Amino acid sequence: MLIPFAKKSALVGLLVASAVAQPVIAADDYKLGLVTFLSGGAAGPFGVPAQNAANLVLETLNEGALPAPYNVKGINGRTIKPIYVDEAGGATKQSSEYRNLVERQGVDAVVGYISSGDCLAVPAVAEELKTLTVLFDCGTPRVFEDNSFKYVFRTGPTTTMDSVAASYYIKDIFPNLKAVSGINQNYSFGHESWADFYGSLKGLQSDIVVPTKQFPKIYAGQYGAEISALMVNSADVIHSSFWGGDMEAFLLQGAARGLFEDQTALLTTGESAMYRLSDQIPEGTILGGRGPFGIYAPDNALNRWFRDAYSKRYGTQPTYPAYKMVQGILGLKLATEQAAAKVSGQPTTEDVVSAFEYLEYEGPGGKVSMNMGKGHQASMEMVYGRYALKDGKPAVTDVRRYAAECVNPSDDMPANEWIEKGMPGAKCN
Amino acid sequence: MKLVIAMLMDGVIYASWLFVIAAGLTLIYGVMRILNMAHGSFYAIGAYGGASLVGFYLAGGYPPWGAYFMLLGAALIGGTIVGLLIERGLLRMMYGRDEVVMILVTYAILLILEDVIKLIWGVDAYFAYQPYTLLGRTKLAGLSFANYDILLIFVSALICFVLWWGLNRTRKGKLLQAVIHDRDTAAFLGINVTRMFTVTFVIGAVLGALAGALTAPGISVMPGIGVEVIILAFAVVVIGGLGSVGGALLGALIVGLARSAAVHLYPDAELFVIYGVMGLVLAFRPQGLFAIATARKI
Repeated sequence: MLIPFAKKSALVGLLVASAVAQPVIAADDYKLGLVTFLSGGAAGPFGVPAQNAANLVLETLNEGALPAPYNVKGINGRTIKPIYVDEAGGATKQSSEYRNLVERQGVDAVVGYISSGDCLAVPAVAEELKTLTVLFDCGTPRVFEDNSFKYVFRTGPTTTMDSVAASYYIKDIFPNLKAVSGINQNYSFGHESWADFYGSLKGLQSDIVVPTKQFPKIYAGQYGAEISALMVNSADVIHSSFWGGDMEAFLLQGAARGLFEDQTALLTTGESAMYRLSDQIPEGTILGGRGPFGIYAPDNALNRWFRDAYSKRYGTQPTYPAYKMVQGILGLKLATEQAAAKVSGQPTTEDVVSAFEYLEYEGPGGKVSMNMGKGHQASMEMVYGRYALKDGKPAVTDVRRYAAECVNPSDDMPANEWIEKGMPGAKCN
Repeated sequence: MKLVIAMLMDGVIYASWLFVIAAGLTLIYGVMRILNMAHGSFYAIGAYGGASLVGFYLAGGYPPWGAYFMLLGAALIGGTIVGLLIERGLLRMMYGRDEVVMILVTYAILLILEDVIKLIWGVDAYFAYQPYTLLGRTKLAGLSFANYDILLIFVSALICFVLWWGLNRTRKGKLLQAVIHDRDTAAFLGINVTRMFTVTFVIGAVLGALAGALTAPGISVMPGIGVEVIILAFAVVVIGGLGSVGGALLGALIVGLARSAAVHLYPDAELFVIYGVMGLVLAFRPQGLFAIATARKI
């Protein structure tokens, strides 16, 4: 008798446990699909900080405790229920996962995507399923240059401004600049970053010399030969759009060999490592944060709340993927609530789309203007600075800000063409 | 001159790193005829274990030079435990199966271990850079090289010598060669083939973990590092000939020097050159440079 009783108890226990484990979703809840890297090499530096930020901001939004104008509970009063999906696995898998989120899970909207490959693949499915989708982090300008989407928005800026602002910055900091080398990953992001950077720099200084440009495989981890090549072919500045573990390994190996003693590293995503490797980054290294994020974020109420709450909960300062995730969620919330203000009851997806186009709003990183890609692509100012230790703590000096109109093309011109033509119409201070 | 020294040094350092990874892989194949995809996981476990142990050790305020022993300890402990668990717990039930089946089995183990690593260490990166910077650097022809990387050349040479000596100059090694030559006859002559398999697999796992532990100080230890190196290690052992330690050494040197030359002379070919060399070798010697061609059952 004991065995059947034990079996029954176990079965009941399992049923209770599984019932408890299921998220309770009420009919009027706002189901939000959130797609970010939860495994693989991009999870640690990007995916998990973004997920942490999403958890924090959704919880606070559901309590209605965020600073105004985000102090309405949830999204237009509806409690937000997140459904997370791991972005690892490639574009084909993500297209299927997206379909699953919409057709099976019935999400109201999706915020996600760090990989440019996923950002180029998913919008077609979003358009087919007529589902509001916010791309929060990926950088390729091709998303809205090659296509016109109705339901897809990107609240994070493109890689173009990283590279263009980087060229302005080194021209400002090094008036006698002669040579620039590059080390970028051998995939679309690395090649696009270098092409935009070199193209814009060439436009600013036609006699610039490139002693060497290296494109090692992504996740290579070992950069001994590349570091030697950079030493043999010395330059004033070494440009790199390396991110995550690749950037960190390059920094560690380069610093150990003294690479950065004679040459200055320009790391367009370097801000994400400044706390993790604070005692290994050489002072004077130029750090970018893919926008006015992290240490470059303005001193506004939202940013003060975000930095304080994030560091209290996770024990570290938020880096740019965290900022961009919050920016994406807040854009969606604001567009939905502005659309709701014009209709009775909950707004339709089409209403939200209309409200989202050309929206301007404040995020923790400052002003976000959805003024590119026919109102679907954000532009922001871009900031660079140089790493320094102040009282033993990581900080930045020589900070320069470049207005969005200075580092982004006009809406009617693709980024590469704009750079090739010498960045016409750029409004710089 | 500067360029030649840079190419040679970079090539040899990279080859040393490749050889430490490939040595365990080729040893296991040579003895057990298992093309062990899970070798990448041994590497990752060594790297994570090394980074964690070094972190704990240095946080305790102990002398920094002791961190090198932590790396070795992590490889020994991690490789032995995981190697024993896999060989005793799973592979022993699969011996005698087709090589393709064993590839699938070890690939499954790789995937499982990737998730186990994620469960234990999470997805955040780990750093253990102190051993990398502690040894300083040496200038050669105006170029600085990390002494840790130079030390890796000697460690790799030592591993190569110990493997050669163990296989050719010891009684156990000669027994192992008998198993390699013909496992049925070896068993008939009273050699405990099962135990030989266990010992070989554990040594191979420790070598894989050692490669990871020695690499950890120079990199950001993060998810997926094991999967990245296994492809390179396969290229090396295929060039040298599966199952040959000497072949792995030669394969590592060829790949290391070819890659280094590409990076310095024609960077666009950096990725192509490794697999280009592999294709070229296989076109002329499909069995690899050191392996002896054998008839295959169809």
